[in-house]
Amino acid sequence: MSIAMPAPDAGVIARVPQIVAALRAVLPPDAVIDDPQETRAYECDALTAYRCPPLAVVLPRTTAEVAAVMRVCDGMGVPVVPRGAGTSLAGGALPTADCVILGTMRLREVLEVDTDNRYVRVQTGVTNLSVSAELEPYGFFYAPDPSSQLACTIAGNIAMNSGGAHCLKYGVTTNNLLGATVVLTTGEVVDLGGPEMGPMGLDLLGILCGSEGQLGVVTEATLRILPRPEGARPVLIGFDSAETAGECVARIIRSGVLPVAIEYMDEPCLRAVEAFAKAGYPDCPAVLIVEVEGSRAEIDDQIARIRAIAGALNPVEFRESRNADEALAIWKGRKSAFGAMGRLGDYICLDGTVPVGQLPYTLRRIGELSRQHGLEVANVFHAGDGNMHPLILFDANTPGDLARAEAFGADILRLCVEVGGCLTGEHGVGVEKRDLMGDQYGPDDLAIQMQVKDVFDPGWLLNPAKVFPLEASAAHRARAAE
Amino acid sequence: MSVALDLVPTTEAEVGEIIADCHARRTSLRIKGGGTRVENRGPGETLSLSRLSGVVTYSPGEMTLIARPGTPLPEIQQMLDAEGQALAFEPPDLRAVLGGNGTPTLGGVVAANASGPRRVLAGACRDHLLGVRFVDGRGRVLKNGGRVMKNVTGLDLSKLLAGSHGTLAVLTEVVLKTLPLLPARTTLAFPGINEATALRIFTAALSTPYEVSGAAHVGGTAYLRVEGLEGQLAYRRDRLLALLADWNPQVLEDAPWNAIRDAAHFAGSGPLWRILCKPTDAPGLCDRLRAMGGDCSLDWGGGLIWYRGVENPRALAPHATLVRRDGAAGPAFPPLTGAVARLQDGLRRTFDPAGILNPGLMDA
Repeated sequence: MSIAMPAPDAGVIARVPQIVAALRAVLPPDAVIDDPQETRAYECDALTAYRCPPLAVVLPRTTAEVAAVMRVCDGMGVPVVPRGAGTSLAGGALPTADCVILGTMRLREVLEVDTDNRYVRVQTGVTNLSVSAELEPYGFFYAPDPSSQLACTIAGNIAMNSGGAHCLKYGVTTNNLLGATVVLTTGEVVDLGGPEMGPMGLDLLGILCGSEGQLGVVTEATLRILPRPEGARPVLIGFDSAETAGECVARIIRSGVLPVAIEYMDEPCLRAVEAFAKAGYPDCPAVLIVEVEGSRAEIDDQIARIRAIAGALNPVEFRESRNADEALAIWKGRKSAFGAMGRLGDYICLDGTVPVGQLPYTLRRIGELSRQHGLEVANVFHAGDGNMHPLILFDANTPGDLARAEAFGADILRLCVEVGGCLTGEHGVGVEKRDLMGDQYGPDDLAIQMQVKDVFDPGWLLNPAKVFPLEASAAHRARAAE
Repeated sequence: MSVALDLVPTTEAEVGEIIADCHARRTSLRIKGGGTRVENRGPGETLSLSRLSGVVTYSPGEMTLIARPGTPLPEIQQMLDAEGQALAFEPPDLRAVLGGNGTPTLGGVVAANASGPRRVLAGACRDHLLGVRFVDGRGRVLKNGGRVMKNVTGLDLSKLLAGSHGTLAVLTEVVLKTLPLLPARTTLAFPGINEATALRIFTAALSTPYEVSGAAHVGGTAYLRVEGLEGQLAYRRDRLLALLADWNPQVLEDAPWNAIRDAAHFAGSGPLWRILCKPTDAPGLCDRLRAMGGDCSLDWGGGLIWYRGVENPRALAPHATLVRRDGAAGPAFPPLTGAVARLQDGLRRTFDPAGILNPGLMDA
């Protein structure tokens, strides 16, 4: 455990029975969980190396119930950790012993589908995939598609400003979020944005999205929806070096073709995928999957352009899908990459972003760091926007291995910052990258962000000890506790 | 009477020094880009960003542009055009409407979150803003975001600063996403129809996957813009022509999209309002606005109404901003109430504790 959490508030721990009673007084009986057998299910999210059961879990069904929880917790000085589906890879929903977990999973209603004005309004506990499923009969879809979309909720997507494979063309959550109903720490409910295409006053929705539960709890969201494309088709391109693959990405983008996705897999990843999914990928150091959309003729036209660009770089293989089955076969390996890696052992999944032009250099340096740290790394990521997902393999049962893997990961993220990128492209800071924030931002850059939190959450009760390094936030937390 | 000279810093550090000094002296600053946009007759001295100008880096293969706020927009557009790229949100040029004669600057565009007809497909200026450097009201030189396409590291203050009209901070560098501009375009025009019919056309067209990149209604004619690679365009055009055949579309090779973008039809005089609404509410609102006296046009598929009229429209359409005052009374920006107003005031005090940056600009 190399990431420290502050000691729980003894005053809160001493009043657990009163706090639970106060929550029970404002919620239905089944919406408050304090049995340690059951709260254990909420002790971690997908960053499983860090665990801590909360003092209680609440599962409200309405905005009014969320507001009631916030009033109780604010009044009694109890930290609140909002939680969607618990799929955060960054520990964004990691509890503290003195906190109440506020789960959004029972906020499950689709409130309104308005195709004339191209939006859908949902309670935020709905899953990402179910929003698009809901829209399918209307011929529309919701664009952000994180890999965890089967499980992850819109609440979590908004908190982390989630992306996905298709955001090269469609943008990330913030570009597809029109409005939000937000419960503040005071229990006040505010509506930000709506069906209109711009904010009234300052863009508060813009800072709320991606704020990792630091500013408020979003209970309802108005999401922009898009007409489904007529069709989509991937191509697979194999290269004999990472550099050439990186060059191909830059040339495609420069050419004016804007694919919906450009995915990259390196040799260690390809080997694991081949053993696991038998996707029939070529045996080479780097593979790109490029997907384009449109009518049949439009797709043919775009693929012809990509073929010409790739052809000039002497690919090992250029594989076109001629039908839906072949398209699935091309995606099969990529989609099973994380599962395949999981079979090789434990791994940490990183999320730094680098400028696309820096991809080849960054990949080379990651290889050097891998040898230095003596741990294997595989790369599978969204190349079109430079969002890398190096997977560091380690053995959780070997003492010290996790710490070594974390040190390796920190070196990779510092490398991302050094070449002009950032610590996290779509997973969020959470606790995982909290202590690296000083590598990306100066003290004043962090101070202004924490001062924004002061405005929304003067008591610093929301999602404590995340995002901001503890020493940087100490003065803010101390002032809040007064 | 002496003529007050503008403060004209040439470096970010100088901006920091000027603002720190004004903060200490509690002296207000009017922040000036190209001098083309929202009227600012507030108190204090003028801080002009005209010499904090120039492109820092433009990487077409990475689709990113880094430039200083005083860089003239035409300079940027020319440079991107040479690479077949553009600022996809299509920043408007409101000189004709505002009677200004300055040159629009990149900083001004971001400060106003100014977005043209392609807003309906590509998003607003803020959606293309990847990062900023800025000086807050204390004179601190700060940064947020970065130069990469995907970045969720910390709070996204860039979005907050876009559209804050220089009331929170002074931008000293902006990073914008540039996108390949589809090389071919055409327009379907539907003359002699009212807003209600225009909305039916917009709704039908914007529900197709043909990526309609403009949907406007001006002077009784509805316009739909279609763009694409050479091979795509004819297909998209023909599908839309078939879909919308009942309304007798005409194909225009050269349509007035720049004029629509700039609301040039409302150049001249009279109070001019910019109203955001749910698109399907637009026809009803236009009828009622006209009944009060005045005239309307639509952009963004009905989501944006330009209204020229003497009467304040906020009783009908609260989300209304007075772009050209011309004698109209009252606040230019829609007044806020309750917790949202309190949060906004709190953010103002956080960024600018002495209230010296464009004071009152977004309130009065």
